[in-house]
Amino acid sequence: MTNSLTEKKNNLPDKNGHFGMFGGRYVAETLMPALLELEKAYYENIGDSSFRTELNMLLADYTGRPTPLYYAQNLSIQAGGAKIYLKREDLTHTGAHKINNTLGQVLLAKRMGKRKVIAETGAGQHGVATATAAALFGMECKVFMGVEDIERQAPNVHRMKLLGAEVVPVSTGTGTLKDAMNEALRYWVSVVRDTFYVIGSVAGPHPYPVMVRDFQRIIGDEAKSQIMRIEGRLPDMLVACVGGGSNAMGLFYPFLDDAGVAIVGVEAAGEGIETGNHAATLTAGTPGVLHGSKSYLLQDEYGQVKNAFSISAGLDYPGVGPEHSWLKTTGRVRYESVTDAEAVDAFMLLSRKEGIIPALESSHAVARAIKEARNMGKNHIIIVSLSGRGDKDLASVENYLRSKEQK
Amino acid sequence: MNRIDKLFEEKRKTGGKTLVGFLTAGDPNPEKSIDNLKALITGCVDIIELGMPFSDPMADGPVIQQASIRALNSGTNADKVFELAAKIREKSQIPIVLFSYYNPIFTYGKEKFIQKAVESGADGLLVVDLPFEEMGELEPELTKAGLHLIKLIAPTTGTERMIEILKDARGFVYFVSMTGVTGSGGIDITSIKESVRKIKEITTVPVCVGFGVSTPDQAASLRNAADGIIVGSAFVKIIEAAGADEDVSGKITGFAKKLKKALAAG
Repeated sequence: MTNSLTEKKNNLPDKNGHFGMFGGRYVAETLMPALLELEKAYYENIGDSSFRTELNMLLADYTGRPTPLYYAQNLSIQAGGAKIYLKREDLTHTGAHKINNTLGQVLLAKRMGKRKVIAETGAGQHGVATATAAALFGMECKVFMGVEDIERQAPNVHRMKLLGAEVVPVSTGTGTLKDAMNEALRYWVSVVRDTFYVIGSVAGPHPYPVMVRDFQRIIGDEAKSQIMRIEGRLPDMLVACVGGGSNAMGLFYPFLDDAGVAIVGVEAAGEGIETGNHAATLTAGTPGVLHGSKSYLLQDEYGQVKNAFSISAGLDYPGVGPEHSWLKTTGRVRYESVTDAEAVDAFMLLSRKEGIIPALESSHAVARAIKEARNMGKNHIIIVSLSGRGDKDLASVENYLRSKEQK
Repeated sequence: MNRIDKLFEEKRKTGGKTLVGFLTAGDPNPEKSIDNLKALITGCVDIIELGMPFSDPMADGPVIQQASIRALNSGTNADKVFELAAKIREKSQIPIVLFSYYNPIFTYGKEKFIQKAVESGADGLLVVDLPFEEMGELEPELTKAGLHLIKLIAPTTGTERMIEILKDARGFVYFVSMTGVTGSGGIDITSIKESVRKIKEITTVPVCVGFGVSTPDQAASLRNAADGIIVGSAFVKIIEAAGADEDVSGKITGFAKKLKKALAAG
């Protein structure tokens, strides 16, 4: 395994967690000492070979890494252009890339002497992954989840409960990921002395964006050595979906210095950007401050945050990780968006052509990759992050198709 | 001289304690809100803390969250908040501290925000999610405009960090009385006294205690511990309990007077 955790691809963030004008720590003073303690503990531990050894063992034996890099031949033929490879994060234990990060954070929590963890979750994948790591390490676990998401991702709620976690329903706002994160932060303030907050994306205050990126970069590190072994060269393009953006940051990061690799992040366009009902923060948002960091946001001219909208609970978020905002600004990554309808089409297509049912989040990346592949030659290579599996989304897709029929 | 400094200079001479009264601007609507703010003044509150409603108030408990929702739903925005501040200023020289999350300031444009704050007669700004590490992007311009950036100290803040934060304390220091969101119960008077004593070893700037302070009894027991108290959720609850058409200004004035009496007795 090539994952070194510490090998740097740029010098960002700076010491206060800034990626250019983005990032930072915009939280109440009560939380600041905890963030400083976490930052210190994080850098000490990733520099410690025993931490890395323990984590790598878990990633291999418990999670099933490395995940395969699979050449999706039928899908590629269907697209009619570039060869499409799928990085199979859906095959990890718990069924999504989220486990890479939660094992890292909960192991860190254990080493910091914390006995309790909390998390926010949208699609429930991060909640399940946190509950799983908490069960493994014998920790108490509370997961904050919006009531709307509890309904549309019911299987994951059952899984979390089975794993011994308490699922706290959040009914404020729209009852989705944004509100779950607000509530998790509010709760954390009251228990900050003995509780570790496991954030699931490359969002939140420093050091979370850098820490989550480092724990997720194993996706890109593996993909890079796998494609070199299979094809003997780097890919021409990477494609991943972006809600907060952790699977995308994980895949992209090890390739940032490889100028020949085009990088595409895919946001959720919901019912269409022009309808206003979408979650395409980088495509249609403006810089602002939410949940502890400065980044692009869906907001009005007075700085009131707008509600996001997507069929995919994991992308239904009006913010985005600060490093993505930075990569948009520098132009290193191109950000596109895919509608609910296109994502559901890709969901069906991948199921039928490859026998792989992708998560709705990942379906956004698949949809865009097909479009990109069409405009590329047959000797070109695209790697798509298949960030999670779609079992959790069967009800959402069924409801969507039914309501479409009725229209 | 900044009105906050002037107030505390007078308090120092008379030995009186300061009551800071918080209301969310525009709660339940901009028209009623001005009556409620005037009711605070009639109740002899010493400083008005005027809350900018925000869609995602992550440091606030349910009471002030609901106040934000009521205010936003009735069309309150930064411009309306400045209008409210200006209306208070027309009638009174009471110090006004604007309370906000950073995003409404950043997105409105901080230069424009500061200019409007000055024009509306505000004296200070308290930004709950702008810790010491990020203050540099706001404080120099704010200070230049004659406004104080109010510093917060939490129960989790260690001594070394306190010294750094308080190096440039202005107006008053806001001591957060407990680890939690606004309006939570269960403050520990003994540990608050200890923390305030520690802060006072570091700075001569007056110290006010807030976040969980809600009753005249608590006010009385903090009388000898700090220079003042900040009460928010308890005032907002009066608005919450009433219908949107009900006039609660009398109740707000009455409650403020009770708190003042508790602070003065002894």
